[in-house]
Parts: sequence; C-alpha cells; structure tokens
Amino acid sequence: MINIHEVIETNQMIEKENLDVRTITLGISLLDCIDSNLEELNRKIYEKITTKAKNLVAVGESLEKEFGIPIVNKRISVTPAALVGASACRSPEDFAAIAKNLDRAAKTVGVNFLGGYSALVCKGMTEADRLLIESIPQALSETERVCSSVNVGSTRTGINMDAVRLMGEIVVKTAEATKERDSLGCAKLVVFCNAPDDNPFMAGAFHGVTEADAIINVGVSGPGVVKTALSAVRGADFGTLCETIKKTAFKITRVGQLVASEASKALGVPFGIVDLSLAPTPAVGDSVAEILQEIGLEFPGAPGTTAALALLNDQVKKGGVMASSYVGGLSGAFIPVSEDQGMIDAVQAGALTLEKLEAMTCVCSVGLDMIAIPGDTTAATVSGIIADEMAIGMINAKTTAVRLIPVIGKTVGDIVEFGGLLGYAPIMPVNPFSCDAFIKRSGRIPAPIHSFKN
Amino acid sequence: MKKTIITVVGKDRVGIIAKVCTHLAENGVNILDISQTIVQDYFNMMMVVDANSAKKEFHQIAEELAELGKEIGVIIKAQHEDIFAMMHRI
Repeated sequence: MINIHEVIETNQMIEKENLDVRTITLGISLLDCIDSNLEELNRKIYEKITTKAKNLVAVGESLEKEFGIPIVNKRISVTPAALVGASACRSPEDFAAIAKNLDRAAKTVGVNFLGGYSALVCKGMTEADRLLIESIPQALSETERVCSSVNVGSTRTGINMDAVRLMGEIVVKTAEATKERDSLGCAKLVVFCNAPDDNPFMAGAFHGVTEADAIINVGVSGPGVVKTALSAVRGADFGTLCETIKKTAFKITRVGQLVASEASKALGVPFGIVDLSLAPTPAVGDSVAEILQEIGLEFPGAPGTTAALALLNDQVKKGGVMASSYVGGLSGAFIPVSEDQGMIDAVQAGALTLEKLEAMTCVCSVGLDMIAIPGDTTAATVSGIIADEMAIGMINAKTTAVRLIPVIGKTVGDIVEFGGLLGYAPIMPVNPFSCDAFIKRSGRIPAPIHSFKN
Repeated sequence: MKKTIITVVGKDRVGIIAKVCTHLAENGVNILDISQTIVQDYFNMMMVVDANSAKKEFHQIAEELAELGKEIGVIIKAQHEDIFAMMHRI
C-alpha cells in the first residue's frame, strides 16, 4: 500500500519541482499516402493525420486529470516529407505546399508542433531531398507549427559535406525569411548526425521508415526534481551523488512509462518508447544548468563542466532504463541555451562559450541547441559549425544536432526573445576566422573506422 | 479494482475531513483508508478511496473536490493510485 509520504513526495515533485510529461508524440506513417498527384497526396495526408490524431489532445488532457500531472505538449511526427513527396513534387514550391498542408492538419487536431518536414541525406541526396531542403526557408516562414530536420551524417556512412554546405546556406536563408520574427524559423530547424527514428522531442522529431503505421512515444522531463534531490546530499561523495541521480531518474521515467502505456491504450496505438531526457524550460527551477551548479560548478562552462555533465547524463540513463520497458529517442540531458535560465545566466556571466558547449555535446544528448549567433554570420561559418558537431556524432557513435539561430539585424550583446517554451537568448560570439575553402570542397567525409578506438 | 488517492493539503481547521467525507458519501465513493500528517506546518491528509461505483465520472468528482477545497481554503487533489505505485514500487 502506498503511504502518505510517498504521495506527498510525488505531488511535491509535480507542484514545486516542475515534474511533467514534456510530450506525448504520436508518430504517423505517411508512406501509404504517396501519390504522384500533389493535390491527391495532400488530401490523403490531411485525412490520415486528422483521423489518426483525432483524439490525441483529448486523451492527453484526460490523462492529465486522471493522474494529476501536467502533460505539456501533444505533438505529431510524420514520415520524412522528402520521401512522401518524392513522386509528386517537382519544385521547392510543391514541397512548401505539403508543409502548409501539414500545418493545417496540425491546427485541426490542436497539436502545437508537427515534426517530419525532413530529409535523410547522410550519404547522398535524391532530387526530392534537394528540393525539400531548398524549400525549408519558405516552408518555415509560411507555416506556424511545422518543424524541419535534416540528417546529414551517420557513423555508418560518414558525413555528406554537400548537404552540410547546403544546410549552412539554408539556415541563413531561413533566418532571413523569418527576420521580422527574430529569425524564429531557425528554432524549428535541426541538422542531425545519427538522427533517431523515434525521437518524440521537437524540433527534430520524425517518424522513421522502420516504424509501425502509428506509434506513441513519450518524452519525460524533470530537471527540477533532480536538482532538489541533489540539494539534499550537498557535499556528499560521488557514489552518493550518482545514486541520487539514478533513483530520481527512475522515478521520473516511471511516470513517463505510465502515461505512455495509458495513452497507448486510450488511443488504440502501440506504445513505442519513453525518451528519458532531462529537458529544461525557461521556467525558474526547471534547469539542467542548475543541476550542474548543484553538483559543484559556479556556472556551467567552468572547468569540470564536461565531467559533471558526463556523469549526469550517464546516471540519468542508468536510472531510466530500468524504469521503462523500451527506452529510445535522444535519452540524456539536453543543454539548449535559450530554453534554460541557468544556461542564459552562464552566457551572460561570460562563463559559457560556443566552444565549451561543443565540448559538452561530446558527452550528452543532442548538441548545439537553441544558440543565437550574430545575424551577419556567413553560411560557410554555419556549415563549419555544423560539420564540427556532425564529426563529434559520427566518431562517437551518438546523436548530435545543431539548431543555430543567426538573428538577422542583431549582434553580440543583444538579446533575442522567442517566447514560450523557446525562451530568450543572448547572442553568442562566433569564431571569426574563415573555413570557406574547407566547406567549398564537394563530396563527403568517409565513414570512420570502427576499430582502433582511441 | 482501481483505487483513487485523494490528498488534502493546507492549513488545519475544524471540519475539513467531515466536509470531504460528506461529499464522497453523497457521491457513492467508498473510503478505504485515511492517514494524515503535518509537514512543514501544513496539514496533509491522504485518503484511499474506491470510486468504481461512484455516481459521477471521475473527472467530475475531482473537479468538485477541487472546488470544495477552494471554499474551505485547502488544496484537494484526486489522482489514480497508479502514478504513485509506478513511481515508488518496482
């Protein structure tokens, strides 16, 4: 029998420490919608999404009430649009029409984001992939809820440097196309290496081609809960520190597992995975940076940060895997800058630089995330930053991603406000030296050797 | 049998338990267990109830209890016990 202290502990996590289920994401395959006629394709896509996801928001809200835990987002991921639209689209504008159609479907079912306006080009690009990528600036400037991602590298295939070069240009063009809204379009555009097929978190979610027709993936969160648990063992040895993180991660993930299985039952859609990431929000007390501070750093970025983050990330996984039958997605600690008040403070204090963030991404999930850079950063420099991050993912056999926002008209010292969960960010300086000649080379970086690990 | 956990948190005063119990009785909710404690000067009460043969939907009873809580100055929540069992039991 559950006792009163356990009940109080759970409710305290929810009420005071921002424990929530960050997202229920319904993955929907659009492969059976493929048609060579664009209008027919869009009709089928709209119909499939609005049928499959009809009850998604209502079920989410009902579970919220039943268990008394906030389920912050209800979202949809779909099959990468470059595959779905390949036989119907002859121009970037054709693809943009799909984006608008997806946006309409997202609004109809009431989800706040829909991911999967994506292309998987880690080794080569088809004509459809290229057209989709070229349509991204238009697609993101003319839609509200559509998220886009492009996988440009993997440990098995190496890095497609032609795609990296193109994505540098696309990021800058997307910034330009949405400059009236502080280049917000770039906040919905992710460049991946080793992108997972079942990630429920935006902006990088898509429904991989190896997935079932429809699937429920759930992302949990709760950096505040970990931070509070750690404050109770301040100054203790590493064994105690790790044990505390593991126990807390277990508890958080169990809630995700419960919501995932209940949502799966209620929607009649199979359960896919629980993504056990620590995802911060701009709310006070919902910060991964504060956990690093609690571990013993004055600010994230101080010497020791990479080690502390490696420890945190690993313990979260160790605690979480036992709590769920199926773990997947990105699973680890997220370190977005604009979405984490502690990260923002660290940048403003001068403690955290782009280079240190890059080092941190070697040991935690995702990568250079929600980082605002000067609007006059060149496409080649953006490509260079992407290439570096992709190389980290490729060599270390992990997922890495880049979500940079070159804010047109702003420079170092300015602040950019995205609003809501996307938060705000100080513009960070970028290394001013050129990588033009490197990025200009065509072709790809070969797959790395899988032996002689050093 | 699915059980529901009702929690009441707030400043202690006369009649809290009476009011909550009366409301539950009127709606056909059976109380299986009650415990209470004081945490940081706040009155905490937990009830384990069986609402399976209740006269109303779970959501409606939960909303009415929350409303009743506002009237007497405490926070009342009703949650399915699964969330606690999942978190605290392997």
